[in-house]
Amino acid sequence: MIWSKPNISSPSGADPLLLWTARACALGAAAILALVVAFLVRESWPALSRLGFGRFLTDPSWHPTEGLYDLTPMLLGTLYSAAGALLLAVPLGVASALFSRFYAPASTARCYRRVVELLAGIPSVVYGFWGLTTLAPLIGRLHPPGTSLLAGILILALMILPTVALTSEAALATVPAAHLRAAAALGLSRWGMIRGVALPAAKSGIAAGVMLAAGRAIGETMAVLMVSGNVVQQPHRLFDPIRTLTANIALEMSYAMGDHRSALFVSGLALMAVVLVLVAIAESFGRERAGA
Amino acid sequence: MKKTILLVLLLIAGITVWRFSPPQNMEAKKLVLTGSSTVAPLAGEIGKRFEALHPGVRVDVQSGGSSRGINDARSGTADIGLVSRALKPEEQDLRSFTIALDGIGLIVHQANPVKELSPKQIVDIYTGKITHWKQVGGADAPITVVNKAEGRSTLELFLHHFQLKSTDIKAQVVIGDNQQGIKTVAGNPDAIGYVSIGSAEYEAGHGTPIKLLPLDGVAASVENVRNGRFPLSRPLNLVTRNEPAEWIKEFIEFARSEQVHDLVEAQYFVPLGR
Repeated sequence: MIWSKPNISSPSGADPLLLWTARACALGAAAILALVVAFLVRESWPALSRLGFGRFLTDPSWHPTEGLYDLTPMLLGTLYSAAGALLLAVPLGVASALFSRFYAPASTARCYRRVVELLAGIPSVVYGFWGLTTLAPLIGRLHPPGTSLLAGILILALMILPTVALTSEAALATVPAAHLRAAAALGLSRWGMIRGVALPAAKSGIAAGVMLAAGRAIGETMAVLMVSGNVVQQPHRLFDPIRTLTANIALEMSYAMGDHRSALFVSGLALMAVVLVLVAIAESFGRERAGA
Repeated sequence: MKKTILLVLLLIAGITVWRFSPPQNMEAKKLVLTGSSTVAPLAGEIGKRFEALHPGVRVDVQSGGSSRGINDARSGTADIGLVSRALKPEEQDLRSFTIALDGIGLIVHQANPVKELSPKQIVDIYTGKITHWKQVGGADAPITVVNKAEGRSTLELFLHHFQLKSTDIKAQVVIGDNQQGIKTVAGNPDAIGYVSIGSAEYEAGHGTPIKLLPLDGVAASVENVRNGRFPLSRPLNLVTRNEPAEWIKEFIEFARSEQVHDLVEAQYFVPLGR
C-alpha cells in the first residue's frame, strides 16, 4: 500500500508545476522592476537627450520654467536628511532594542514592544502634519522659519526609529540562548555579554534593518515635504530649508509639462540611482562578512 | 467555500463588464478640451457630470497650458480651448466664455499687526530687499517668505501681476497646494504667503489664525473677485473658434450654469454671479 504512493524523492507531477509557478512569479517581480526603470528612462529621455546629462549637475539653479535644471541641491538634500535621520535613529533604535531584550522586566518589555509597533504603524502624513503644526513652529521660535533640514531630520528619525528598533530586536532574538548562557558562565557582566556576544552575533540582522530604514528615509515624501521648507538650495546650516528629490516630484508633477515634466522623471531616475548605490553598498558589506 | 469565492469573482467580473462596456445603441460623441492646467481639473469634473447627464457624450480633457488652448481651438484640434486669462487683442478671432474667476490673496498670521502692504513693499519682500517686518511697520521679527512651487498657476499669476521672474524670488519656504500654504502661515506668526482667495476665506472663517491683506485698498474677498474690483484675479475661460455647434454650446451653457457651482467652489474658484 505504502509503495503505491509516489516516492517523495523522485519528481512527481506536482513539482514541475510548483517550480514553473515559482519561476513565473520571480520573473514577474523582476520584470516589474525592469519595466519601472524602462518607464523612467523613457519619460526622462526627452530631457536627457535634449539637455544632456551634465546640465542636471552644472546648471546654476532649479528653475524649470526658465530652462534651468540643477538637481544637485536636491540630491544633497535627500542625502543630508537621510544621513542625519540615520545618525539619530540607529543608536536610539539599537539602544531601545537592547533595553527591551536585556534590561527591561518581561512585562515592561512586552508593553514597550507594543508601543514601538504602534509607532511604526502611524502613517507618514500624520507625522508630517504634526511636524508642520508643532515641531516646525517650535524650531521657528529658536531660529525662523522653522521649516528646515533639522525639522526634516527629526521627523525622519522619528519615522525610521521603530523600523530600526524592531529589526534590531528581531536580530537580537535570533542570538542562540546557549551563547548568552556561555557568556554568563564565563562571568561576563551584562554589558560585556551584549558587547562581546550579542551585538556581534546580531550584526548582520541589525545592518539589514538599518538599510531598510535608510531606504524608507530616502523614499519618504509627504512628511518631508511638509516640514522641510522645499527651497531649492545647498543647505549650510541645520536651520536652512531644503528640498528632497521626492518632494520635488510631488510638488511639481501635477502642473509640469514638456521638458519640466521630463526633468522631474530625471529626478526620479536620480533617486533610483541613489537607492541602487545604497543596495550595492549593503551587498558589498554582506559579502565582506560572508568572506571573513 | 470555493463555490462562494467563485460566485463573488463572477459577480465582480459581471459588474466590471456591465459598468465599463460602452453603450452600444448610441453613437458616442467626443468633446475634446485642451489647455490651461488651472482650468483642466475643473473642466474634467464638469465633463464627468455632463457625461452622466448625456450618456452619448464623452468629454476628453487634456492640459498643456493656456497657449495650447488658444492654438488648439484655432486649429480645430480641440473643440474647446481652456484659457486661464482674458483674451489678448490679437486673439479676438476666438469666442470666450467665462466659467469661473480665480483670485489670489496675500495672507499673514492673524497676530501680525501689519494691516496693508503696498505693491512695491510686496515686491521688495518677495525679492529679498525687505527681510524684516519692522521695515514695513510690523513686529520685531524676520519675514518668512512663503512661495509656490514652479509650474503652479498661482505662482504664474502672482509673478505676472507683479512683473517678477521666478529666479528673482528669494523664499524661505516653498509649498505645493493652498492648504499647505495656509497651514504654514497659520503655524508661523512671521510668515507671508499667497493662496487662492476662495480657500483662504473659507479657512479664515473657520477659525484658522490667518488674515487676508487688502491689495491696492481693495479687500481680498470672494465678493470683490466676483465683482471684478480685486486686482489680482483672472477669468477662467472656455474658448471656441466661431460659433460653437449646438451640442457644444449645450456643454458651455452647462459649465456656466448653477448646476456646477459646487464643483467650481470645490476647486477654490469663484463662481459667476448668481
